[in-house]
Amino acid sequence: MQKASQWEGFAPGTWQESIDVRNFIQTNVHPYQGGGEFLAPPTPRTEKLLHKLENLLKLEQEFGGVLDIDTNTVTSLLNYKPGYLDKENELIVGLQTDRPLRRGVNPFGGLRMTREACRAYGYELSQKVEDEFLYRTTHNDGVFRVYNQETRAARHCGLITGLPDAYGRGRIIGDYRRVALYGIDILIEEKQKDKARLSLETMDVDHIRQQEELFQQINFLGKLRDMAALYGQDISRPAQTAREAVQWLYFGYLGAIKEQNGAAMSLGRVSSFLDIYFERDMARGLLDESGAQELIDDFVLKLRMARHLRTPEYNELFGGDPMWITEALGGMGQDGRTLVTKSSFRMLNTLYNLKPSAEPNLTVLWSKDLPEGFKRFCAKVSIDTDAIQYENDDLMRPIFGDDYAIACCVSAMRVGKDMQFFGARANLAKLLLLSLNGGRDEMKNMQVGPEHAPYQGEYLDYDAVLELLNFYRPWLARMYANTMNVIHYMHDKYAYEKTQMALHDTDVHRFMAFGLAGMSVLADSLSAIKYARVRCLRDEETGLIRDFQVEGEYPAFGNDDDRVDSIACEQVELFFRELQKQSLYRDAEPTLSILTITSNVVYGKKTGSTPDGRKAGEPFAPGANPMHGREKNGALAALNSVAKLSYRYCKDGISNTFSIVPQALGHDPAQRVDNLIDLLDGYFAQMAHHLNVNVLNRETLIDAYHNPEKYPNLTIRVSGYAVNFHKLTKEQQREVISRTFHEAL
Amino acid sequence: METPGYVHSFQSLGAVDGPGLRFVVFLQGCPLRCCYCHNPDTWQAGQGQRLLPSQVAARALRYRSYLRHGGVTLTGGEPLWQPAFTAELFALLQAQGLHTALDTSGVGDLEAAETVLRHTNLALVDVKFLTEEAYLRHTGGRLSQVRAFLDLCLRQNVPVWARHVVVPGLTDGQDHLRRLLAFLAPYSNLQKIELLPFRKLCLEKYDALGIPFPLREVPEMDQAGVDALRLLLPPSLR
Repeated sequence: MQKASQWEGFAPGTWQESIDVRNFIQTNVHPYQGGGEFLAPPTPRTEKLLHKLENLLKLEQEFGGVLDIDTNTVTSLLNYKPGYLDKENELIVGLQTDRPLRRGVNPFGGLRMTREACRAYGYELSQKVEDEFLYRTTHNDGVFRVYNQETRAARHCGLITGLPDAYGRGRIIGDYRRVALYGIDILIEEKQKDKARLSLETMDVDHIRQQEELFQQINFLGKLRDMAALYGQDISRPAQTAREAVQWLYFGYLGAIKEQNGAAMSLGRVSSFLDIYFERDMARGLLDESGAQELIDDFVLKLRMARHLRTPEYNELFGGDPMWITEALGGMGQDGRTLVTKSSFRMLNTLYNLKPSAEPNLTVLWSKDLPEGFKRFCAKVSIDTDAIQYENDDLMRPIFGDDYAIACCVSAMRVGKDMQFFGARANLAKLLLLSLNGGRDEMKNMQVGPEHAPYQGEYLDYDAVLELLNFYRPWLARMYANTMNVIHYMHDKYAYEKTQMALHDTDVHRFMAFGLAGMSVLADSLSAIKYARVRCLRDEETGLIRDFQVEGEYPAFGNDDDRVDSIACEQVELFFRELQKQSLYRDAEPTLSILTITSNVVYGKKTGSTPDGRKAGEPFAPGANPMHGREKNGALAALNSVAKLSYRYCKDGISNTFSIVPQALGHDPAQRVDNLIDLLDGYFAQMAHHLNVNVLNRETLIDAYHNPEKYPNLTIRVSGYAVNFHKLTKEQQREVISRTFHEAL
Repeated sequence: METPGYVHSFQSLGAVDGPGLRFVVFLQGCPLRCCYCHNPDTWQAGQGQRLLPSQVAARALRYRSYLRHGGVTLTGGEPLWQPAFTAELFALLQAQGLHTALDTSGVGDLEAAETVLRHTNLALVDVKFLTEEAYLRHTGGRLSQVRAFLDLCLRQNVPVWARHVVVPGLTDGQDHLRRLLAFLAPYSNLQKIELLPFRKLCLEKYDALGIPFPLREVPEMDQAGVDALRLLLPPSLR
């Protein structure tokens, strides 16, 4: 690799010999130990842009959530003329389409979904695009050519839901920093070397596929360079200034979201990387604090304009029009130095300068060793904005090293080295009902799983129920893995992520990220069966168990009671062990998450009454949360219960959402900050994984429910991400309001 | 032999009963019947879960990782009504390095209180009313007992946070506050005065228990009013 003149002023390292962004960070990072007092307010220029965007956002909302759709152009890197929010005033440029908030169509995942999404907002997909795709196989076509009867039935009744089989799978984080550090020419050179080297391998299926993928990666790196050229920027070479670094990096991301409409299109871990460029420019006298903040503000404004076209059904699952532009902040280095820099603060400061917002999905990698000043600032931002989430760096760093990021909500991956096959989730509460009913779905009365004698007795017996679960669990795991294999084979074949994978090492590690929902419903149901008496009420006509009567009390998940918490842990482990036995596409490593996003509402809707006393149709708790109203010992008891779930079996993340009224966190703002820090330290010291923090009054939410126009920026954390409250459906809003708020005074 | 106690409930996240995050234990049973009591369900003695100090300590210790700047607060009910249990529990907690706070009216057996205070890091003393007559009328207890308990805290060198519920028309106003300060003047161990606004969140509890709430017609105290009163406190005690 030739040394580039743009690298002058950086400390040398192995990053100059091969693609190694981590080494660049380690040799050049400027850890910052202080507090947020140095931060700069928005400049008039930033405020002007923000004002412009706010007007557009208002208009978008008035138009029913979608401002405009270009139904004539299939989205890709070079298909739109350059677009601007305010050409004269923008420091960082680039839009997905030719106009702000105008959405493109992306039928590569599935044509029908695209058609329906257009229709839902009063548009019609153009004949031109219809014609273009007439002889083209989409990912969705491929999948449905191969899905078997079992998968179709399981999908239909909601045993597995949210599968990425009609849109992009997402959850892949390109290492967008590479564009800034190396420029496109070096990246292409390195990929060409890989391609030439690997072309001499035996040409089996794997190597042939890899050769073609490398061809596509190289091709799209070229398109990325041309896309930037449309905006008058030459990204063939490395970035030379702070502005260029932000711009180059953003172009990498922009290329990815022009190409792909993945469920979660995360950003990675860019702030402390960019900080190195800021420091260099500041040392050279080219940049001051206000200028640095302005660049970050402008960058974040762009990120907040990213959009995909979705159907209303999709929004029911993943409420609030999310992109999951997740940016991981902070964390510690393996050498004990912190990776917190002034730019970690600057990124959080956008929540003040540009007002609270759901995107980007700011995620603090929390460590007990984080500088006190950063901990305090994070806690303050949480209390003020409810817009950030926390994940345990002390838990993930030993596994993923110190240059990992978070995809979507809670999925850790080494940046540029790991990718994942996203797999949504299986509904374990439904699995329990299916097991009791001999493989039949309790709502639709259709055979889904293999036939087996249904549960016979009037009262549920714990051991007998476990035995039935042991019969159906392996079946579910196999069917689920089969489904995932099909989805990802077809996605690679028909909707491969060319830009994003070009920003990965060629020799990439693959996870297959399975998920589960209904964990606390399953645990409480089994606890009720074990510690109370649960009577089955059968439908006379069908013989299906349609409801349950709980006689007596049972320990519920969320009270730090080992009797039930151990059941939860055991069921999660059993399911993961079953997944481990499956043979997976491209030898992926199976992982599991306990995460629902807002789909806990839909899951609940599709699931009959459960033995814990939950009635048919009622929402599940989100993620790994205890069921609302069953926590009797306060917030820390609930946190302790969730902390027991082992990350060993759930390496794709364990999501927990914590909501508290400000008054219950302390008498005054300073106390609240102190107490929130102790709460986070205490939770993560137990090797818990993730926490969303909301500090707000239920009355605020109720008022926002009735008067949305009063709260355009009200942001709240739900399972693994943040949403603008007014973008949730009314049903999702009601569910959020009804959730447990810790408010003991 | 351990002395069992009667526990009403636990609140694992207490952030307003002493410094830092606190594991709060509500004990069952109280000799007073304060007109604004928030926990009428803790009045009756001899009910609730019967637990040993070691059992309660074990439970509190599960939250140790959160309690670095906090500790455990015993409240109720009236912890001084179960002094042996309270003292034993505090001793166990202190032996584990946890900070102990006693949330009390101060009304109880002084001799027994002496043992409790030996294992108490902080006393949160609720000074409810400031004349014998008012104290008796609104709580059923005697103010002289509160005085005696505060004297004991001073003698035993236990720091005190005084608490005072501000009820509109009853315990509000500058004169009232001045009398409170005069009452507390002798205590060099006084570290803080917490003024708590009168709230009626407890109404549901009263209705469920079928007990009339004496202050049903009194309006809640607004935070601004309390904040204004707080400014009249010496800065070192705010």
